[in-house]
Amino acid sequence: MSTIHQQKNSDSVQCKPGLLGQLANFFDDRTGYRALVHETLYERVPGGARWRYVWGSTLVFAFMTQLITGLVLWSSYSAGAQSAWESVYFIQHEMAGGWLLRGIHHVMAQAMVVLLALHLMQVVIDGAYRAPREVNFWLGLVLMMLVLGMALTGYLLPWDQKGYWSTRVATNLAGLVPVLGPSIQQVVVGGSDYGHHTLTRFFALHAGFLPATLVLMLVVHLSLFRKHGLCARQPIVRADGMFWPDQVLKDAVACLAVMAVVLGVILMPALVAMLEGRPIVLGELGAELAAPADPSLPYAAARPEWYFLFLFQFLKVFEGWGASGEFLGAIVVPGLVMGAMFLMPIIGRWNLGHRFNIVFTLSLMAGIGLLTALALNEDYCSLWMDKASLAEADALYRQTEGDSKKVAEALGGDQAKIAAMQKKFATLAAFRHSQSFLAAVAEAEVAGVRAIELASRPERIPPSGALELFRSDAKSQGPRLFAQKCASCHSHVDPALPQATEQMAKSSAANLFGFGSAAWVRGLLDPLQVDGPGYFGNTAHKDGDMVNFVKNDLADRDTWKLNDIEAVIAAMNAEAGLPDQSFTEGTAALIEPGRSLIADTQRCGSCHTFRDNGTEFGSAPDITGWGSREWLIGLITDPTHERFYGDTNDRMPRFGQTEKEGQIEIIVDWLRGEWYRPRATKQAVAVQSSP
Amino acid sequence: MSEPTGKNSSQAKPSPGDRVSAGDAVGGRRAFGAEVLALVCGGLATLTPVAAGLWMFLDPLRKRSAAAEFLPVAQASSIPADGVPRQFPVVADRLDAWTGFASEPIGAVYLCRQKVSGPEQGSGEVQAFSATCPHAGCFVEIDPVEKCFRCPCHNSKFTFDGSMVAPSPSPRAMDALECRIEKNGDVVVKWENFYTGIAGKVPRL
Repeated sequence: MSTIHQQKNSDSVQCKPGLLGQLANFFDDRTGYRALVHETLYERVPGGARWRYVWGSTLVFAFMTQLITGLVLWSSYSAGAQSAWESVYFIQHEMAGGWLLRGIHHVMAQAMVVLLALHLMQVVIDGAYRAPREVNFWLGLVLMMLVLGMALTGYLLPWDQKGYWSTRVATNLAGLVPVLGPSIQQVVVGGSDYGHHTLTRFFALHAGFLPATLVLMLVVHLSLFRKHGLCARQPIVRADGMFWPDQVLKDAVACLAVMAVVLGVILMPALVAMLEGRPIVLGELGAELAAPADPSLPYAAARPEWYFLFLFQFLKVFEGWGASGEFLGAIVVPGLVMGAMFLMPIIGRWNLGHRFNIVFTLSLMAGIGLLTALALNEDYCSLWMDKASLAEADALYRQTEGDSKKVAEALGGDQAKIAAMQKKFATLAAFRHSQSFLAAVAEAEVAGVRAIELASRPERIPPSGALELFRSDAKSQGPRLFAQKCASCHSHVDPALPQATEQMAKSSAANLFGFGSAAWVRGLLDPLQVDGPGYFGNTAHKDGDMVNFVKNDLADRDTWKLNDIEAVIAAMNAEAGLPDQSFTEGTAALIEPGRSLIADTQRCGSCHTFRDNGTEFGSAPDITGWGSREWLIGLITDPTHERFYGDTNDRMPRFGQTEKEGQIEIIVDWLRGEWYRPRATKQAVAVQSSP
Repeated sequence: MSEPTGKNSSQAKPSPGDRVSAGDAVGGRRAFGAEVLALVCGGLATLTPVAAGLWMFLDPLRKRSAAAEFLPVAQASSIPADGVPRQFPVVADRLDAWTGFASEPIGAVYLCRQKVSGPEQGSGEVQAFSATCPHAGCFVEIDPVEKCFRCPCHNSKFTFDGSMVAPSPSPRAMDALECRIEKNGDVVVKWENFYTGIAGKVPRL
């Protein structure tokens, strides 16, 4: 050892100690800490320090990191169905350094799984499980399961769509354990369904039971390791080294490297953004936060964390076996593998057995790697697949709808061709699966961004929680509701797009894209469009009075000057009062004359009620406040009301009778483009909130 | 390290007193370098999560309470004319970390009128006091028998004009709040919190 240490150690003996030395002596006399430190540091490392021994230390370091970051996260986390997502949002986007802390916790958890695999492989390959170290090996396996358990329970805690749906799968699988399964599931979930107690229980497991057990086990693991000493790589050819500083230096460098990788993963997107000249939004770094968990909205992009993907994929091997297949894949086989690992110290007593253990471990890792790769390939293959080569198969599939007889017919009964085509169909199916997964991921990302946008409004999140806020958001919910409720009859497509003609032709009612805007009214008053599929073309009003009026009366330039029509458009546009509406001075001047034209009982007013023009309800919809929020809600609630279409209503249901409160409002707000828009960028908002 | 080595020393454990023989000067310098480097690397690695943790843990220090503003509390006509104070809730929008509460009771004030007798009754100036005891922050109550303010926690006593009744654990009189009567008859109060337990009336940051 170094002379420095020698001096230190002999200080107290040889010369009169200084004040610090006296203090040190005081404590040493009463605790004996010097001997303890000495014993800890001056452990002999047979064959010298080696890089291959660092994995255990990096794991301890990773665990300490999780403990520190986890405790601080705990200080700001709130486990509850209306506060978990909200508090994690607050940590990630509003608290100083929250993104970094959560990022470290999230990425280090993944690093820990990798380090576990490396540590396990090193122990097995070096035969470090053999006598007298069997018990310590078993302890190590238990520690591994505890770490995986913490990873699993931690994934749910943000209570976002991603964690929620992935963890549901995991707890459902736990229910497959024979006899006790359903009870285990119910205890862990805190009832029969997910809710407050699922979170409080998962949190207690994640931050209490599991780490406390882990610490106890770790203490025993480390003291047993010290008792047995390091299991040196054989044969020993180099001189022995010392734990301090030789091995400690290698351990410290490895820990620093792990930390550097973790920070690198967190900061990489910032670097990319910087190089591309985009602004860096700190809240977007580190761990992702998807939209708040919604039990009523399935999440197609749900996947477990990447290190559990192999299990996810493994279950697919047993697809079609029913419940017994899941039981085999999720419980029996993993149980057998764990059992085999627990038997390793026994099997390893024989040289052949040791070799078997190594081969078993390496093939296990290879198998896990392969399954993970397969899972990733299934989800992402459309990114690297050659789409052009599938075009022919795609066309044939659409044409024949995959019917094997029709396919055989189309291919002229050539068996070789048919077999080749079936293969292509399989590839095509894989391509489509991947595409829909990627679409789901993209959709989830948009939803997540919107949820965070809503949460950072100046009014923040209502006491009822972010999910309710998100569910009442017209921008994200409108398209979904429209697709569910309206799209079976109405189209909603920009007429300028190439696919517009096709989509409008398929619909049986008007195209509601831009309803209320000047462009929409202009189309309605266009003799060429009014009986087209975008307006009344596919409805019972195709040959009605309005179409007749637009095609004949309105085309008569003696009574209807072009400027008159522009005035009507401006007036109708003003009635709608769309939120992003602005009028030029010229158009604004047309509004009042337009209103007079509409009210005129010789013109529009002959059929339509407008303000106080005295025309009675019944012949045509009242167009006072046409396109406004109130008008649209009224129309959708009951189109058969005499104020709207009355008896002439064509097939439009009275949605007020079937829809939950608030749904019609969401659709109306979405049609009118009325939703929350952040005034400034996120960073600016963050600056405002911290005066 | 010029240690005598045994090939099968894996079980050997140096006893605490067992010193490793001194290496030569070069070895010593190398070991010293290794020690420093080990400390630096280990320190940097460990300090990263500690620093990130402290950064977030100390986030509350950045927070400032909302700026004091005048809030309507009551109609002037609802304050008794006989000089007895009456308690009114203070209602305002409140932001609690991520949750925004719209129009929530956030505290209470006592309003009282200076007693004026005769035809002018009920026109006396209005005074407002925070209901928070300046001693330890409990909620001051009205003692209807002794006709005074009394804090239920440590028996601080104040007269209806807010001044302290000795002996009192409270270091200062009740905290008067700025208030005025608007044209529409609303009494508006400048809602502020003050540090408790000190003689001075210092607004909370």
